[in-house]
Amino acid sequence: MELTSVERDMLAGKHGEGSALAMKVQVGTGKAFYARRMVPITRAHVALSAQEGDVYWVTKLVDAGARCVISPTVNPSMDLKYVDEHVHSLAGEGRDRVAAANDAYRRIGATMTLSCTPELEKNVPAFGEVVAFSESSATPYVNSVLGARTNRESSISALCAAVTGRVPEYGLLLDENRRGEVLVEVEAKVEDDFDWSLLGWAFPMKYKGCEIPVFTGITERPTPEGFVQFGAELATSGAVAMYHIVGITPEAPTLDAALGGNAVKARVTITDADLDRIREEVCGQPGKIEFAMFGCPHLSIRQVAEIAAIADGRRFAVDAWVLTSSLTKELAERMGYLSIIRRAGGHIVADTCMDMPGCWDFAFNKSGVTESPKCAYYSQVYGQRYAVRPLAQAVEAALTGEVVK
Amino acid sequence: MNSDPEYTCRSISEGLGEGDVILSKDALCFALVEAETGVVLEKGHDLQGKSVAGKVLVMPTGKGSSVVQADGLYRLITHEKAPTAVIIEQPEPVLVSTIIAMEVPLVDTVEPAFYEAVADGDHVVVDAVGEKLVLRKRSARHTEVKP
Repeated sequence: MELTSVERDMLAGKHGEGSALAMKVQVGTGKAFYARRMVPITRAHVALSAQEGDVYWVTKLVDAGARCVISPTVNPSMDLKYVDEHVHSLAGEGRDRVAAANDAYRRIGATMTLSCTPELEKNVPAFGEVVAFSESSATPYVNSVLGARTNRESSISALCAAVTGRVPEYGLLLDENRRGEVLVEVEAKVEDDFDWSLLGWAFPMKYKGCEIPVFTGITERPTPEGFVQFGAELATSGAVAMYHIVGITPEAPTLDAALGGNAVKARVTITDADLDRIREEVCGQPGKIEFAMFGCPHLSIRQVAEIAAIADGRRFAVDAWVLTSSLTKELAERMGYLSIIRRAGGHIVADTCMDMPGCWDFAFNKSGVTESPKCAYYSQVYGQRYAVRPLAQAVEAALTGEVVK
Repeated sequence: MNSDPEYTCRSISEGLGEGDVILSKDALCFALVEAETGVVLEKGHDLQGKSVAGKVLVMPTGKGSSVVQADGLYRLITHEKAPTAVIIEQPEPVLVSTIIAMEVPLVDTVEPAFYEAVADGDHVVVDAVGEKLVLRKRSARHTEVKP
């Protein structure tokens, strides 16, 4: 890989040991993918997790003098104060790690959004912009819906990019690698956000390769939330970092444009029967529930409004946790939604992830309801069982204490 | 000693590592390996129930979300149960950046003859600086230790 003199100086430690460490990871990654050069980025998002490996790496960089050239937004961990007051008092080690992660990310110069939907607020790239985004649900949105360019970055490599202000040029940064190769003919009815979740789960179940899929047969544009959930599920049941929807996403005005001259390597058809099968495998049976968890990925203000409209004047039968960004929580307060949800006995929790060791221990071995297949999948390790339903149905279940169908 | 065959490779994460080989048909996510023992927990995985601790791990590529790979490998290292080196066929961005950051030697593009010769339990020296592998077959080692 050809490096500029500035990049060579960084690698040699002339800009400090921290940026040398970051550059070393990026040059190694660039070499692995035969990148010819580094290119500048204008945005970054780091999947902060406050897990041990995360705290180790950010602390190592910042203590070695690294500071972000491009201030990245970051993923959620836990609102310690709110969790203390309303969930439980987190034990020592977990508590220390959350505090250590927040401190180290602040020192390195991150923008502490603590939300997993930067693509909807506070860090929205434009078409063609080269960025480094490391949240797996944000990556497909950034590439596919916005037409900005990012590889599937790890939390480590995205932080390196924020520190050096550049990324090795390979993969999805290059035109020739952004074109589709797998044709997905959607015959199933895809009408609401939840259908998009199911479709996102269904494709990787039917096709295991890592080529970019091109979806056809879609006539109606999904909502922003539908797009978010689609990408989240594509990256949970598979590892899809980019897709095209013909006639809808910006690099796919036509099928020919989406394929860009590539031969179709495989054809996949997704029918109503396929979505029914996913419903059966992923969504769980009706029955009594003991809690409700919404917001994986974090809910938007429209989704919070939907919850408020259903819960208005009623009481939740079980503990109901609505996870979102601090910005959306603030907006929900201004709009009156926070008051409605509080009067119903529910919670809006900012800055917090459902996949946070120690945070949701009360739910161990309990049954809950969620709108998110991704939430149900990742919480298995915490012994939580979920029925997954469209948001309105899930809210209704939280109000009655039972998933009825 | 001089008869141990050498194979060329490409260094991705520099360093030296050696140990007994453990071959995996499947990509591995370090988050699904028990940190205290190095034993692979993932159900249905080619290495389920086997330990990668102190081994030279040979696998097709990596997998796993943007966060979990790093945490998994870090925890293995702190428990001294990490592989001593990793040999892959296909680079994957999350694996590559994680392994470089955690300073585990990593190579790819190994000459095909290595894959024909190598078996579980053989000893391999991974020289991810000089870009070569030295393979000592288990049978050869057994002959050597006999008086």
